[in-house]
Amino acid sequence: MDFIAKIHDFFNETGAIARFAWNFFTEGLKPRFELKELLNQCYFIGYNSFPLVALTGFIMGLVLTMQLRPSLENYGVASELPMMVGIAIIREIGPVITALIFAGKIGSSIGAELGSMKVTEQIDAMEVAGTNPFKYLVATRVLATTLMLPILTVLGDAISLFGAYVGVNIRSVTSFHLFFTDVFHTLAYGDFVPAFIKTFFFGFAVGIIGCYKGYNSNKGTRGVGFSANSAVVLSSVLIFIIDLLAVQITDLLGLNI
Amino acid sequence: MKWPHHISPVKTIEIPFNGPVIAVEHLCKSFGENVVLDDFNLTVAKEENVVVLGRSGAGKSVLIKCIIGLMKPDDGRILVFGENVVEIDHDELDHMRTKVGFLFQSNALYDSMTVRENLEFSLRRHWFRVSQAEIDALVMESLENVGLPHTAEMMPAELSGGMAKRIALARTMILKPEIILYDEPTTGLDPVTAREIDQLIVKLQKKYHASSIIISHDMNCVKNTADRVALLLDGKCYMHGTYDELEHSDDENVKQFFE
Repeated sequence: MDFIAKIHDFFNETGAIARFAWNFFTEGLKPRFELKELLNQCYFIGYNSFPLVALTGFIMGLVLTMQLRPSLENYGVASELPMMVGIAIIREIGPVITALIFAGKIGSSIGAELGSMKVTEQIDAMEVAGTNPFKYLVATRVLATTLMLPILTVLGDAISLFGAYVGVNIRSVTSFHLFFTDVFHTLAYGDFVPAFIKTFFFGFAVGIIGCYKGYNSNKGTRGVGFSANSAVVLSSVLIFIIDLLAVQITDLLGLNI
Repeated sequence: MKWPHHISPVKTIEIPFNGPVIAVEHLCKSFGENVVLDDFNLTVAKEENVVVLGRSGAGKSVLIKCIIGLMKPDDGRILVFGENVVEIDHDELDHMRTKVGFLFQSNALYDSMTVRENLEFSLRRHWFRVSQAEIDALVMESLENVGLPHTAEMMPAELSGGMAKRIALARTMILKPEIILYDEPTTGLDPVTAREIDQLIVKLQKKYHASSIIISHDMNCVKNTADRVALLLDGKCYMHGTYDELEHSDDENVKQFFE
């Protein structure tokens, strides 16, 4: 009985999230636009996340290179290291790891912020002040996450490749020019463009889930904690599901060569 | 301070309204099996302060949340300036809300904004073509009204309970609403601060000629602010009259509030 109730809850919540996302397109994107708040959110969400994304990106590139080197040396293809690392970072690891870090930092922050606004009646206060809180709070945050994550991913990828360059130079000497010539020589638009496009969907998922969880938080301070936590968990799972779908689609389009 | 002539709200009422500013007719609201309001009726005349008195959980807050459109009633009509709140669309509701202020029990100050930004928030969204100097003047006027002109740059977390209530009141009043709905304005305050808030409510109501519904179970607040008292019992308006009329009532249900 408990299992059936859980399945019922799952479909109920899935439907509610779909409705919430639909409202974003039908209600959130209608004028009057909250441009000032959108710019504020882009600053908080994008600019403030950059140090964390940069640090994790650098470490990721460095560690990936150090882990790959022994295996490639065993097969006598150590010279292929820049190519391997470049493709891994640009196609998959860069977008997914950046999105997961972003979900942890921004998804939880949005969930907690909107959740506490909900339980302290600030969202109601906004509504009685004649402001549409969905447009002011939700649409701006979802747009900001959707626009900022791709930019952060590009920057994160670049820093990650720099980390890989440092990793290569720990046990050998490769010039900066040679390393990046090797990386970009093997990369094609088919590696970069689908990976870039999917980050918009990752960003949208983080924003919509964070906002949905916060906006529907209603169990006091405990509910706020739950909102923040479940926003991270659910958006992380969604990132993997979207990634899986993106790979299938790029495969069907013949871009995974 | 008068509004500069070139500042105008989104829309203005062209036709003077002479009826009751609020008329609640046959209002019903339930949450599952729990019937909160059951055929509730109430009218509020222009410049009248009506206190809705009732026990905790009687549905007082639900009533004013229905009036401001935060909750949808199951049945009945709520006429604000003759317009049925239940049937109007979102834009009309937003317009109506520029004329109706709401003071939340929890104050609901935006905690990521300073006091000044809290007060400016409504102004910037409803009063177009207002210069920064005019906004500053209006913010200072509102803060002086509640006796806290020095708090403009403070964050809500830095305010005491009484100060937060006054700032919330200043925010409610800044658009000079014609109706103000107070949700338990003195709950959680010490008796001295509560009396100050009562006096402030009456002073601002007189200054701006506003009409009010005050939700309370604080009998001092009821006595200090009410022109008329409506007793909410079992989802209905059980009795209404002046404070003295209810105080001297022989009805057991009424007497228990005055003992």
